Amino acid sequence: MNLESIQMALRGIVANRMRSALTMLGILIGVGAVIILVAVGAGSATKTRKSLEALGSNTLTVSAGGFGQGNRGGTQSRNLQITDADAVALSDKLQAPDIAAVVPTITGGGSVTAAADGASATVGQFLGTSEAYSAVRNAPVEAGTFFTAADVSNHASVVVIGTTVAKNLLGATGDPNSLIGQPVQFGSHSLTVIGVLKTKGSNGFQDQDDIALVPYTTVRDNYTGNTGTISQLIVQASGGNATGPAQTEITTILQARHKGSTANSFRVLNQASLLQTANANNRTFTVLLGSVAAISLLVGGIGVMNIMLVTVTERTREIGIRKAIGARTSAILSQFLTEAVLLSVLGGLLGIAAGIGGSRFNIVAVQPVVQSYSIILAFAVAVAVGLFFGIYPASRAAKLRPIDALRYE
Amino acid sequence: MSKSAQTPAAFAEPAPNASRPRPPVIAMRNVTKTYGVGDVEVHALRATTLTIERSDYIAIMGASGSGKSTLMNILGCLDVPTSGRYRLAGIDVSQLDGDAVADIRNRRIGFVFQSFNLIPRTTALANVEMPLVYGGMKRAERRELAVRALTRVGLDHRLHYVPNQLSGGQQQRVAIARAIVTNPAMILADEPTGALDSTSTAEGWRSSTSSTSRVAPSWSSLTKTRSPGTRSASFASVTD
Repeated sequence: MNLESIQMALRGIVANRMRSALTMLGILIGVGAVIILVAVGAGSATKTRKSLEALGSNTLTVSAGGFGQGNRGGTQSRNLQITDADAVALSDKLQAPDIAAVVPTITGGGSVTAAADGASATVGQFLGTSEAYSAVRNAPVEAGTFFTAADVSNHASVVVIGTTVAKNLLGATGDPNSLIGQPVQFGSHSLTVIGVLKTKGSNGFQDQDDIALVPYTTVRDNYTGNTGTISQLIVQASGGNATGPAQTEITTILQARHKGSTANSFRVLNQASLLQTANANNRTFTVLLGSVAAISLLVGGIGVMNIMLVTVTERTREIGIRKAIGARTSAILSQFLTEAVLLSVLGGLLGIAAGIGGSRFNIVAVQPVVQSYSIILAFAVAVAVGLFFGIYPASRAAKLRPIDALRYE
Repeated sequence: MSKSAQTPAAFAEPAPNASRPRPPVIAMRNVTKTYGVGDVEVHALRATTLTIERSDYIAIMGASGSGKSTLMNILGCLDVPTSGRYRLAGIDVSQLDGDAVADIRNRRIGFVFQSFNLIPRTTALANVEMPLVYGGMKRAERRELAVRALTRVGLDHRLHYVPNQLSGGQQQRVAIARAIVTNPAMILADEPTGALDSTSTAEGWRSSTSSTSRVAPSWSSLTKTRSPGTRSASFASVTD
């Protein structure tokens, strides 16, 4: 009887094409929305993870000023500065066994404009740092070389630029590598380009390629003045599990070195905990999106019930005829139930196609990542919805007495 | 409304006959049908007794509202009597559950409804096949039987037409084909000629009944008509 009811149901669906299509559309949208929105959630999680990974693995950043106090212009940051001596202390393996590397960074005084051959552009990040930056921040050069420890100690007038800076100077078609060895005016001083960084793309907040890296000694000489202070320390822990202990060591050492400071006087950002927070946020986000989509799936299911009730009412006479020529209750039940399930199965399959198709596009700058579990789940729910919302109309059809159904006008 | 059916042969109690132990097709005893309750009680059938033997060809006649349709519906197992006993081919129908009654309708009764009651948007072939589908017959077998039944009513060139592409007479013949395709114990026709002109009526009815007698001489045809058909052997009159 199974194949028979499927054929009968198909005939019923085809006989009412428009109505069937609209019903399926409800399920289609529901299933498609679940797949796409879950994929967007997953895509945004992937994106966050990638942009955090781009900052370097197992790294912590240390800056003066606690959370919520503002480290620019706030009293805390004026009174409390991280110094070269702090960096040296943190590099001490005896005091801080979990710290593998310490990289100082100094943000250049104000905005810096790069100029060469008549073209000029403001550099997004003009950063003074040490030779270890490249390894710790996961910023290898595409061409040329990164500056060395010798360049740092020699206060060399060299610069490593990101691709955006190069493009701003050369135009979009120019070859960034052609700048290597060339002098470029950065603010008031001329620096020689010795390397171009590999493209990193945007991390969602800023263009990571709009950057110029200069030995921090040179920055102090020419831009900020030799204050002995450091804007931000990038600390690499010795391993994935060491970021927690490293964070404790940083806080302990810095508190010991700065009289009157508290744990909140320094801002220590832990990559791992950031990642955890981001993941938790993304999970919430995904669940939220999924719930919205699930509601639309439910609404689609109610549409199936609605249409099936209309169908049963409209076909009461047909049901009477079928019963009069010998259809058992179970045959009528399975015919209409099959029709309801078939509607949602077809709608579900189309929804999967729409979901996968829709996930190929960028949605709010996120590349969705289709999750196989969402496909299976959405499809199973669609079938269950068809079954659940089909039972009532189908049993109503099956319970009709033949004589009443035949008389129905 | 009261009801008394007296016509020789058909409605007389069957004489005990040792040589033919097969039960009559229809044996109704004191069947009543009452609609409504209390003050609005309507007695559609009152103590009706009716016996129809195999191969009988019976026409039921009566004024409008005399209970013809009610009788047909009970005979056809579409409706259940309020009281009394109804045996169809020896089976006490009132003792059966819904599915068993459905099977009886499927295998033993062929209906030709007043308005044909073909399933819309479904081909003639699929309409005729439908009782066989519910009878659980294999596809190839039932296709063959359905084609044969349609051929017998002269519609072998209209197999894949849907009802609204067929004329009234053709629709009626599809309905007749659907009634005879299961080789039922009896054919019930509810005013099969009512909606049609006499020519197409004769054409359709002749094609079914002539083949009926030829192919399955033991069938009973029971027809209910306002104007007695030419081939009716017996009449049952229904009066108020």
